[in-house]
Amino acid sequence: MKHLRAINKKARAIDEAVTQIEEVAAASGASADDLADDVVALQQQPRPHVPMGCTLSFSPGWEVDAGGGTAGLCQPVERDIYDCYVTCFWPVQVPDHVNYSPDWASNCATATKDWRNLDLVFP
Amino acid sequence: MTVMQAPSYRRAEYHGFDAGGSDFIYLVSAGAIFEIDEDVRAVLDRLDGQDLTHAALVRELVADGRDQAEAEGLVRELRAARLIHLGHGAPLAEMPQAPPADFPLQALVLNVTNQCNLACTYCYEFGADKIATPSGKPKYMTLDTAKASVDLLIKEAVGRKAVHITFFGGETLMNFKLLRDVVNYANEATAAAGKGITYSLTTNATLLTPDIVTFLSDNRIGVTVSMDGPPELQDKHRVYKNGKGSYAVIEPRLRTLIAHHKTRAITARVTLTEGVTDVVRIFRHLKEELGFHEVGFAPVTTGEERAYSLDANGMDSVLAQFNQLAEEWLEHALRGESHGFTNVSETISELISGVNKSHPCGAGMGLMGVSPSGDLSPCHRFTDADTHVMGHVSTGIDRGKQGDFLERGHVAAKYDCQSCWARPLCAGGCHHEAFVRYGDTGHANLHYCDWIRQWTDTCLRIYGVLSVKNPGFLERFAERKGLS
Repeated sequence: MKHLRAINKKARAIDEAVTQIEEVAAASGASADDLADDVVALQQQPRPHVPMGCTLSFSPGWEVDAGGGTAGLCQPVERDIYDCYVTCFWPVQVPDHVNYSPDWASNCATATKDWRNLDLVFP
Repeated sequence: MTVMQAPSYRRAEYHGFDAGGSDFIYLVSAGAIFEIDEDVRAVLDRLDGQDLTHAALVRELVADGRDQAEAEGLVRELRAARLIHLGHGAPLAEMPQAPPADFPLQALVLNVTNQCNLACTYCYEFGADKIATPSGKPKYMTLDTAKASVDLLIKEAVGRKAVHITFFGGETLMNFKLLRDVVNYANEATAAAGKGITYSLTTNATLLTPDIVTFLSDNRIGVTVSMDGPPELQDKHRVYKNGKGSYAVIEPRLRTLIAHHKTRAITARVTLTEGVTDVVRIFRHLKEELGFHEVGFAPVTTGEERAYSLDANGMDSVLAQFNQLAEEWLEHALRGESHGFTNVSETISELISGVNKSHPCGAGMGLMGVSPSGDLSPCHRFTDADTHVMGHVSTGIDRGKQGDFLERGHVAAKYDCQSCWARPLCAGGCHHEAFVRYGDTGHANLHYCDWIRQWTDTCLRIYGVLSVKNPGFLERFAERKGLS
């Protein structure tokens, strides 16, 4: 390392690890630009940031927040399904209102009140 | 909906300090110490209170006059050393892993008796805050119990080359006959098992005789003397049951001990209480007038406020004097000499290794206490306490109770420690102190957090100065302590 001088045993262990990382990077020809965006696995610690309000759970119909509950969703669950249909690209989980079910939500003017009026759609 | 943001850098958790004209950081997630140059300083300053994307950080570094490759290299190095993190949200520092459940035993503290010929007013075993429940239990350990302890130690020290036995009390020398027999037995038993063994003992020194000193020296038994200083301080709390002070009795015995015990360092362990805070004077007396090799200090353990408790003013005065002795320790070290102030030596040892503790000490893990009855406890301070029996030498370690104790004591279970940079060394502090003060061994010792942080900072600065001006001393120190 050029800028850090290891002065205890633990720091020297880090120094060795960093040297190895640099050697591997040099051997594979990785450029510094690669540092700009990491690819991270969802189960990796520390966990990657997932904005509250969006979901990692692909259970059809209902979402949970990144913490596994519904309290942190950006809107009430009742409205969420409707909002996914209107404003958000969210494949599969709401009816295809462009091609097959244009009237799916026509009885639901205010989602938080009328969500029960959303039609059932059978493909 | 998901918003994609460019990930940005933020600083890892560290404690920065300067020493000997250089800048240093103590990296909390690892316990590592680095000397840093001005480029690192520039990056850390830029990330103070704000996050920057890779591009923005490099751009700023280039704007300062570094070339692109240099700036990229700097960022890459800091990132690889995990001094800066890329990502959103607060980085979760990885907690030290818990040791495996079958962590091999290394040391036993044998309470050879719970009886004492002194009646020190602040004693944690007999005083107002005692947790021991000795009623109806044996007062002296029998040879059978002691042998069973040795056998258990050998059996549980799987894979260890050497084990250690500490003799403790009560007053240890009130059962010297047993101690002698145990040493003979343990020497044979460990030799048969192909392991080494070392010994130490703690005593109030009142019962030392020339014969005992010879035995201790011949068997390389390290001796720690509990004492509080010159006569007027020693006799304040360290008294016989009739109130008579013990200094006059121990003084000639200490001189015999220090003159004739040649094989191990002789250390004094001082308990600081209200009115006994004259650290520098105590140190001078014990080190220079009596000739102890090492002198260590600790404030008395109390639950609620006692007449002898140290208050905040007392602690401030103690810390100021600790710093004075620490300064002397450094001056000695710069000359390549040993000073003898144990509180610095111990912390420096830990900084050399870069410890990152899951638990404050080895109690209940590599070390256990044995009461005169043979009950196992996390350490000698829990001896004879029904609340903390952790098995018996005849039946072995109670893994359930051990697991519960260690789970509570793990630093990750202590909420208050999570934002403290000193946790790799402290890990919440003494289990026994916590139990006496808060009724829970897993509680962080919040009453001395500031003290620990100041003290750790002082020792880091000493370490930093030595690493710049006399690194050879640190190497020799590590060798002598068996750390290298």
